[in-house]
Amino acid sequence: MLGPILETLIGGLLTGVLYSLVALGFVLIFKASGVFNFAQGVMVLFAALSVARLSEFFPMPIAIALAVVVMIALAYAIEFLVLRRLVNQEGIILFMATLGVTYFLEGFGQTVWGSDIYKIDLGMPKNPIFVLESVFPGGLLIDPSELIAALICAIMVVALAIFFQVTRVGRALRAVADDHQAAQSVGIPLNQIWLMVWAVAGIVALVAGMMWGAKLGVQFSLSLVALKALPVLILGGFTSIPGAIVGGLIIGAGEKLAEVVLGPVLIRMFDLAGGGIENWFAYVLALMFLLVRPQGLFGEKIIERV
Amino acid sequence: MRASAGQGVAAGDIVLSVEDVSLGFGGVQALTGVSFDIRNGEIRAIIGPNGAGKTSMLNVINGFYHPQSGRITFKGKTRSKMRPYEAARGGIARTFQNVALFKGMTALDNIMAGRTLKMHRGVLWQILRVGPALAEEVEHRLKVEEIIDFLEIAHIRKIPVGRLPYGLQKRVELGRALAMEPNLLLLDEPMAGMNLEEKEDMSRFIIDVNNHFGTTIALIEHDMGVVMDLSDRVVVLDYGRKIADGTPDDVKRDQKVIDAYLGVGH
Repeated sequence: MLGPILETLIGGLLTGVLYSLVALGFVLIFKASGVFNFAQGVMVLFAALSVARLSEFFPMPIAIALAVVVMIALAYAIEFLVLRRLVNQEGIILFMATLGVTYFLEGFGQTVWGSDIYKIDLGMPKNPIFVLESVFPGGLLIDPSELIAALICAIMVVALAIFFQVTRVGRALRAVADDHQAAQSVGIPLNQIWLMVWAVAGIVALVAGMMWGAKLGVQFSLSLVALKALPVLILGGFTSIPGAIVGGLIIGAGEKLAEVVLGPVLIRMFDLAGGGIENWFAYVLALMFLLVRPQGLFGEKIIERV
Repeated sequence: MRASAGQGVAAGDIVLSVEDVSLGFGGVQALTGVSFDIRNGEIRAIIGPNGAGKTSMLNVINGFYHPQSGRITFKGKTRSKMRPYEAARGGIARTFQNVALFKGMTALDNIMAGRTLKMHRGVLWQILRVGPALAEEVEHRLKVEEIIDFLEIAHIRKIPVGRLPYGLQKRVELGRALAMEPNLLLLDEPMAGMNLEEKEDMSRFIIDVNNHFGTTIALIEHDMGVVMDLSDRVVVLDYGRKIADGTPDDVKRDQKVIDAYLGVGH
């Protein structure tokens, strides 16, 4: 019994890293503007589309490099056309602006790149490997492409965590998120900070889009991966990079385990069909967290004087 | 009697001047052809009834608002508008009417944020936290601790500012502005909502900053007693226009000012 559970756990954790990566994009922008960027999911889609289509004309490394340029250009456009006009507005107004960006990008992506299903071939090994065959009968089945994806994500996450937590950029980000004008008044270049953060979030979206795209194919539903990031954020806290990582792992492992462990229990005890637990488990977990610890595991507790 | 705006003053003495500045938002004219100057080392008050355009004027000076017409000359350089980043670089610091602190951060971090422009070491050094970057962090921390001592807020430096009472928040905000070591300090109603004791403390800090650091100060204040005591010169705005400019005594006796405050049929 232990073998399959361990296998599920590992599979879940590897998927969880991918959730973390998507959630990370949200956290970056939330930290720098206090805004939930609804467009993060569609940015993942847009980035994946760019890579998929560009790779039809160029070798993969060049296609990826070009996609990075596309995402930076996109960040610049969003900063220049949208954010710059909304300095010192309420968070809800910026949120609405990201909603607009979402639907624009969704359509624009189709206009530029087309609306078929495309595939990204990163040349990663496809055949599953078995490990620890001496310990467990039959060994543990692991998908090497997931392992590589997880590794790339881990490197990315650590690099970002160091960059934003340790440097004074971190302090500047928190300052900007708290109060735009006050941040400007001490000489923090608001526009540059936003540009940088959106560009980094775009690149994070690119990596996430490539990993998910290689796994599921590049199609519209890719933007829905972002919805899975929501419970991750609630668990980890909207402002915490480590929170996004831990949250992603918990959700990834939790939902897979719930399917395997909880499923049979439900079937036996209540005579239910027992499937589909993976679909709702994350949200129920998030809901419970909202009741008990609304700021998430690592989020800042917001104290308001009344 | 002292000379009014820009006349009979040696050019080197003027740190900032605005000339003929007009600013409107849609149909609302916030400022109309306002000119005045701020001399090096003085405390300059901007007063006027509510909605007179005082805060708009400060926002023009530090670049939050861009006037439709007029010129701003700061440290000898004339431009049609300031940008917030340029203003901060040039040594203009400010506080806000409604206290604009970074609420989630401690008092110490808030004041450290004021050192942003003074820190030069590259990101890589900071990640490593060794050598020059560490020395730099320590050096700035020392400077910030000096400011904290000066403002007598050592006991609250580790508390998130959102939890502090209003009077102390205002003091932290002043601290953040002072951390920039400004040439020109803009204070927007530094004593609003304070009790008498807090007002006296704040007045003392303002005078000390002006005396000890030689910082030029422009302040908006409603408490006339405070304005008359603190300031060297006063400019009075009403409905976006300048109606008087001079020493506190001159301004106090000016019929237009009396009318603006007491109200006459417009």
